[in-house]
Amino acid sequence: MLRVIVRRLLQLVVTLIALSALIFVWLRNLPGGPVEALLGERATPERRALLIKALGYDQPILVQYGKFMQRVITGDLGNSIRSGDPVTDVIARAFPATIELAVAAMIIAVGLGVPLGYLAARYRGRLLDNLTIAGTLLGISIPIFFLGYLLKDVLTQDIHWFPPSGRISTGMDNTTVTGFYVLDGLLTREFDASADALWHLILPAVTLATIPLAVIVRITRASVLDVLNEDYVRTAEAKGLRHRTIRGRHILRNALLPVVTTIGLQTGALLSGAVLTEKVYNWGGLGTLITDSISGGRDYPVLQAIILLAALVFVLVNLLVDLSYAFIDPRVRVR
Amino acid sequence: MSLLDVRDLSVVFQRRGERPFAAVDQVSFTVEPGQTVGLVGESGCGKSVTSLAIMGLLPKRGNRVTGEVLFEGTDLLKLRPDDLRDRRGRDIGMIFQDPLSSLNPVIPIGVQVAEVLERHRGMDRRKALREARELLDAVGIPDPDRRLTEFPHQISGGMRQRALIAIALACKPRLLIADEPTTALDVTIQAQILTLLKQLVDETGTALIMITHDLGVVAGLCDTVNVLYGGRVVERAARHELFARPRHPYTHGLLSSVPRLDSPRGERLHAIRGSVADNIPWVEGCAFAPRCDNVVDACLDGPPPLEPTATGGDLRCNNPVSEEVAVP
Repeated sequence: MLRVIVRRLLQLVVTLIALSALIFVWLRNLPGGPVEALLGERATPERRALLIKALGYDQPILVQYGKFMQRVITGDLGNSIRSGDPVTDVIARAFPATIELAVAAMIIAVGLGVPLGYLAARYRGRLLDNLTIAGTLLGISIPIFFLGYLLKDVLTQDIHWFPPSGRISTGMDNTTVTGFYVLDGLLTREFDASADALWHLILPAVTLATIPLAVIVRITRASVLDVLNEDYVRTAEAKGLRHRTIRGRHILRNALLPVVTTIGLQTGALLSGAVLTEKVYNWGGLGTLITDSISGGRDYPVLQAIILLAALVFVLVNLLVDLSYAFIDPRVRVR
Repeated sequence: MSLLDVRDLSVVFQRRGERPFAAVDQVSFTVEPGQTVGLVGESGCGKSVTSLAIMGLLPKRGNRVTGEVLFEGTDLLKLRPDDLRDRRGRDIGMIFQDPLSSLNPVIPIGVQVAEVLERHRGMDRRKALREARELLDAVGIPDPDRRLTEFPHQISGGMRQRALIAIALACKPRLLIADEPTTALDVTIQAQILTLLKQLVDETGTALIMITHDLGVVAGLCDTVNVLYGGRVVERAARHELFARPRHPYTHGLLSSVPRLDSPRGERLHAIRGSVADNIPWVEGCAFAPRCDNVVDACLDGPPPLEPTATGGDLRCNNPVSEEVAVP
């Protein structure tokens, strides 16, 4: 098991290096750039040349990349071109917001998706099943930004059930410990802040959860249908076991294997969905940071860092998924 | 009172847009305490469906079960699902054809044995596991302590079937239903499992319904035998009677088809002509008529009745094989 982990972590390093090179070259070949953003279109060629030299963009791209990697190894990701702050600080401010949002969305998607998928399979062909299938189709097809603005318009403007944007009410005097506002409120016993943050969290989380929710419902349903036909479920019935024992120990435990894999793959969808969701609800996370960094003059250092971080998260989550797979299914352990 | 009294059991499968199909058609038989009864026939004759109907394990939709299944006088078909659930695994145990797929792949063997004890005998996990160890030992699984924590894929096919037998017998049921328990096993293992089953039912006094297509299994184990064809019982007789003097042409054909080591080399093996698919609905005549060598006009005028024979069995045939004709 340890060998598997070590091998996967080594693969991760290789993946990240390759990806960093790709992003580095790709970003610098995009039209526009920080120089235009900082100086405007009518800057004199002399000033432009000066800035280009100051930022080091006059050197061959390989040299630039080498210097970048040299700093990365020491943990220095450079400074944001827009704000001048260290990239690590900029990201550290935004990262917890996105994680909070993504975790909340995943809790909704799994917490709702697995029971719904199970029930749909159990009552296959009946009304509940048909409604669920129709619902998942809608959930997968509806664009996030459309759903986001729809929910926002109806639930925050027409009827004021939820706050329209932000992570917490202005004027809320909350202490930041981890950067996860809901958790911070609980840790510091500022329960009003925690509740307020949760209130802000619900709509964005629901918006972001729709696609993973729909996918998880479908996978769970298909997987439960497979397992229901298995001989060992019949054996469990022949033993006269209680319904809940059969459901938990014999059906779900086996049916969840593919669902767990799906959860890992959906992390990618969550990260990209977060960009749109955060925009709609003005959620100050990585998604907002990434759009601002592109539109605000190609903030290369910040963009690179975000993309690498996203890749890192994706690979780590999937490593975790593989490990949990071995935990659930003893047949995987042998290999 | 019989331990199990199955009366006019019918199972009709009805799928939307398809003609209803009677997989089991007015089947009646009894099992006395401690007796071993065989249900014999080719694939598709309704023997497995009969056993699933007795256990209440048929899918909830798409079929209609009628008749009575009296277990110690209680009609299992009329029981509330929860009451039936209380009896399954406690009063009636069941073992299945494929031991690998019949065990849960992600649960240790020990837990799979223990959970039935926890459910019906109110044991806690520790006590149930101790008992499970004894059970595994009793069915001849070597090194039972280790097996408790092992998973189905880690033990052999024979051991898996032994584990399933341990599960089925854990609560000392009065009836055990074995649905083709040796079909998926190697021949040498088959013999071991049959010997084990015989030994266990003898020791515990458990009645056994043996469902099989293998006449060799019947010969070694059963007290009485019900031969099924097309969902109906066509012949019922005590084992020695059935083997010595099969009356129904189908039974006769089955026995003649058993290959013999002492038959001359090069001689063609005997086979019943046609296949199970070549039958006619019972309402029109004898379902076996299209494949029967003894067919007479009456066979196509409606179903022959099941009538008692002089030797104490029952027979459903207009023109039975003469008692003098011996099986080759």
